[in-house]
Amino acid sequence: MIKRKLEELFIKILMIIATIIVVGSFFLIVGTIFSKGVPYMSWDMISKIPGGGFYIGKEGGVLNAIIGSLYVAGGATILGLIISIPVAIFINMYLTGKNFITDILRTVFDVLFGIPSIVYGAFGFLIMVYFGLRTSLLGGIIAVTLLVIPLLVRTLDEVIRTVPGELRDAALSLGSTRWETAKVVLRQIRPGIFTAILLSFGRGIGDVASVLFTAGFSDNIPTSLHEPAATLPLAIFFQLGSPVEEVQGRAYASALILTIVVLIITVLSEILIKKFSKHKI
Amino acid sequence: MLVFTLASVSLVIIIGIGLYYRSIPVLNNSSWGQLLSSSVWKPMKGLFGFYPFIMGTLWVTAISIIIALPLCLLTSFYLSEYAHTRIKRVLIPFVNLLSGIPPVIFGVWGVLFIVPFVQNQIAPHFVEFSTGYSVLAGGLVLAVMIFPLIVSIVNEVLNTIPQELKDASLALGATKWETIKKVTIRKALPGIVAATVLAISRAFGETIAVLMVCGNNAIVPHSVFDAGYPLPALIANNYGEMMSIPLYDSALMFAALLLFIIILLFNVISRIILNRLERNLAG
Repeated sequence: MIKRKLEELFIKILMIIATIIVVGSFFLIVGTIFSKGVPYMSWDMISKIPGGGFYIGKEGGVLNAIIGSLYVAGGATILGLIISIPVAIFINMYLTGKNFITDILRTVFDVLFGIPSIVYGAFGFLIMVYFGLRTSLLGGIIAVTLLVIPLLVRTLDEVIRTVPGELRDAALSLGSTRWETAKVVLRQIRPGIFTAILLSFGRGIGDVASVLFTAGFSDNIPTSLHEPAATLPLAIFFQLGSPVEEVQGRAYASALILTIVVLIITVLSEILIKKFSKHKI
Repeated sequence: MLVFTLASVSLVIIIGIGLYYRSIPVLNNSSWGQLLSSSVWKPMKGLFGFYPFIMGTLWVTAISIIIALPLCLLTSFYLSEYAHTRIKRVLIPFVNLLSGIPPVIFGVWGVLFIVPFVQNQIAPHFVEFSTGYSVLAGGLVLAVMIFPLIVSIVNEVLNTIPQELKDASLALGATKWETIKKVTIRKALPGIVAATVLAISRAFGETIAVLMVCGNNAIVPHSVFDAGYPLPALIANNYGEMMSIPLYDSALMFAALLLFIIILLFNVISRIILNRLERNLAG
């Protein structure tokens, strides 16, 4: 009996330690980034583009990368939504009763979700070569769009599934077409769409491997889709590789900016998801 | 809608075909077997041996799973069987936040924290000298990256296990741990396997964070303190020069194709298991 109790106690302590390590690693990461990044943080970092000699430690900031990232993540999210809302509606409204097909479709999107971003990057690069595009904002947006479509479809799909079937049936029985019913459903899931937007934006803004081949890098803020665009994660990556201490410091500060942006996005989407599930009927 | 759906679903096939098409030149030059088993990497001479890179990938993936799996299983059991609802409500959001952190931040953290940690705290006990940039550092960073994935999936799987089963075991006088050991784990095993396979495929494809801490040396690692050079890092690192050397771009696309095939297989297997679990629950 004592042996069993001891085993129980021992394993419980192990579990608590494991939980502390898993949850603690989050604080360790954020703590490291904050403590290293804050000393190098300045208003110039977020308000200026790189000046002359920026990469040997002189004047400037990473505004080019911040704007570039916003463009890429924003553009990809908009494009992604335009594609994935119809897909999610199609799976849920037009294929009702065909469980075999919807199961396959959902599995395919899950699988696509698991494909690493470097493969999307390489594939985006192939598309660009095929169409004769050079590294540009457009190329980055295309690669990141491919990356976020599975995420968007699966999130929207989950959200649409929470809409009660009665609502659909009511709309349909009043004589509305499937598309009109879909509009009713879309209105119902508006917070869910916001969640999907946030998730997709968060994934898009933080990803490196997909934009590495496709978006290029530039010290200027892109003014058209065909110009190369810097992105924040890539700026961090490049600056960290510099032997100049000042530039490495900027990598820490850029990492801090990215961490804060992503944390805000994640917290917002968490809150939205909670709210949404509370109103679920 | 049909068009969009078909287009995005067929992406799986199109990516595969596209990558294969671009790998044909290097496949004409040497066979699959040669590419996979040779360790000579001399792009200038047209020799592309992927063996060191495949081994590099396997090392970091294995290390990360060995570290992450026990920790995550214990955490999931704690969260779903022991922890008070209030504690759960506080802790789970942090796991979700961890999953939102971008790979490059993990990389920066790896350089700032894990690499010095390996160099100064772990390595001196085992080897004479290590820079810290090693497959162990890569594995550690990856382990933290896959924490949220394993914990959230295993948690969901554990939630599908009927309370009556556990109650029956507890009512017979088994302790909570005995119930987990003899009832819950057995019932949750397919789900745990699926989560592990998913985590492996995530670790396999992770690029930038690993690239930053792994040392990127094209040799087959012999100990955890050796530098390694995983496949995704190879693709990402050499993109700049790949257009100037013949066959190089084709070889890199072959690397991407390899990753794609392996990860596709792993994902399909684990998703089929998970979907079956979900359907059993619904049915």
